[in-house]
Amino acid sequence: MSGMVERNGAGTIISHVGLIFGIAIVCFPIYLAIVASTVEQKDIVSPPLPLLPGGHFIENYKKALLSGVNIPVWRMLVNSTIMAMGIAIGKIVISLLSAFAIVYFRFPLRTFFFWMIFLTLMLPVEVRIVPTFEVIANFGMLNSYTGLILPLIASATATFLFRQFFMTVPDEIAEAARVDGAKPMRFFFDILLPMSRTNIAALFVILFIYGWNQYLWPLLITTDPEMNTIVMGIKQMFPSGDDLADWPVIMATALLAMLPPVLVVVFMQNLFIKGLVDAEK
Amino acid sequence: MTTISLKDVKKSYGKLRVIHGVSVDIHDSEFIVVVGPSGCGKSTLLRMIAGLEDISEGEVCIDGKVVNHLEPMDRNIAMVFQNYALYPHMSVFDNIAYSLKIAKTPKSEIKQRVQETAELLQLGDYLHRKPRQLSGGQRQRVAMGRAIVRRPSVFLFDEPLSNLDAKLRVQMRLEIKRLQRKLGITSVFVTHDQVEAMTLGDKLMVLNDGRVEQFGTPVDLYQKPGSVFVAQFIGSPSMNIVPVSEGQRLPNGAVVDHMVRSPQHAGELSLGIRPEHIDIDPTSDVRLLIEMAEQLGANTLIHGVLEGSTAPLVVSMPGLHTLQSLDASIGLRFQPENCHWFDTGSGNRL
Repeated sequence: MSGMVERNGAGTIISHVGLIFGIAIVCFPIYLAIVASTVEQKDIVSPPLPLLPGGHFIENYKKALLSGVNIPVWRMLVNSTIMAMGIAIGKIVISLLSAFAIVYFRFPLRTFFFWMIFLTLMLPVEVRIVPTFEVIANFGMLNSYTGLILPLIASATATFLFRQFFMTVPDEIAEAARVDGAKPMRFFFDILLPMSRTNIAALFVILFIYGWNQYLWPLLITTDPEMNTIVMGIKQMFPSGDDLADWPVIMATALLAMLPPVLVVVFMQNLFIKGLVDAEK
Repeated sequence: MTTISLKDVKKSYGKLRVIHGVSVDIHDSEFIVVVGPSGCGKSTLLRMIAGLEDISEGEVCIDGKVVNHLEPMDRNIAMVFQNYALYPHMSVFDNIAYSLKIAKTPKSEIKQRVQETAELLQLGDYLHRKPRQLSGGQRQRVAMGRAIVRRPSVFLFDEPLSNLDAKLRVQMRLEIKRLQRKLGITSVFVTHDQVEAMTLGDKLMVLNDGRVEQFGTPVDLYQKPGSVFVAQFIGSPSMNIVPVSEGQRLPNGAVVDHMVRSPQHAGELSLGIRPEHIDIDPTSDVRLLIEMAEQLGANTLIHGVLEGSTAPLVVSMPGLHTLQSLDASIGLRFQPENCHWFDTGSGNRL
């Protein structure tokens, strides 16, 4: 792989300078957030902005996690985790089943249903937000996990991806299972599901982050701080009126909000690589 | 004891009819090979027996019982697929054991039966491996094992050897034959390879465009092909078919040996003669203009045209010859007892 571009001294230096510059641009705000979460409030509000970490790391994070501004951050982390897991797992389960139906069963209006599912790709949360809110409110699901998860649980993208994957599974495998006596759901659980596990892992990462980063929807339907998720919770920490913003705690919260998606990516990446090394077919 | 009988079985996809009424009786522990060119409907026929394909018209009976509407597993058949269709995420043991697990066979019995099957197929050392860690021949054996372990009453093979290399194919062919003999299970084997068909089958069914051209023992089909199609399909290299006009004249005007008598027939005649049934006779009027020589080792195939015409002919000469070692043209004598006569119009044997 190293032979793609000729390596010489100048080239190496230039490309490294370019890369380091790019990384610096991306990482600087995060670095600032880290710095800001380790100093005191007064260090931030008095210019210039500190560029070196201070000595209040434990104090700030403890304050954020245990008391927060409106509500302790650990509570918001729990809420976010439940919502993100619910969305990711729910989306995977539903799209696996609907892709299974679309690929392996002949029923009336099959193509129609496929296109209906596909059509919903064009309707993101923001477009259907008013009617969805109306429905959820009428069902009395405001300030509930069901209300947070349910409207986001169907996924055309995931259905489409699983459909494409199922179509690459040779028909003979399904037929062999049929000859072996497996009923459709047995085939689904014994054969199709284990064969899709690398796809499921990949989708889980994407969907978990999607769920975690939901902002507008939780902002609308959670009025009770107890139900705030962390991504929208950060916004709720900004003071209204003349109150002072507690920047070190807000910055600590922001960093805590970033942590779980990073962990999921890092952890699932191992699974990924295992899946790739183990690649079947 | 299992017999299969097909009664006027037809298959249509919408208006397109692909199987035009096949009727056949398969006796207990017989090995039937269905052979035909690609697209002749042989796989469809097999899948209809298996229950993977609906039967448009007619009846399929297994042991005298109509099974048209039974699921594959209820027909007590086992099938080996062309691409083996092993479950990629399961070990060899689990692949073989899967049907038993579904049938809720006790664990100890599953273990014992899988072990037995594995020993029969020399797979004992590979039971814990995944299919991808096996060679083509081993995968083929696992597919066989999956079929055998259920002790089915019928084996169905859908071109199971076509993904193997030539040497392995011959070896697996013998193995399948040996196993089938040993287990005595009624089998239907689909292939497009006529050599496979000749060597494996107790009886062959030649299928052409959804119709049975001929059904009989391999020797029958070789010695008494019922039509030009069968004559050219069975045997390698395939039979020469030469149009013959009145007075037993070949296309180049030469008269076929007086020993060869054409039957009394009103229509136009074709003479069929296998390359191995043509002798070299320097005194003969029937002369072949040599164009090419293919050395096969034990014999040489001489390709050419009848001198004075464009009618192609292939002759199999014993020994090794090259274009240089042969004359430009050679005299031929057709063995009279091995000449076949066909009606040119219908292609039927006379």
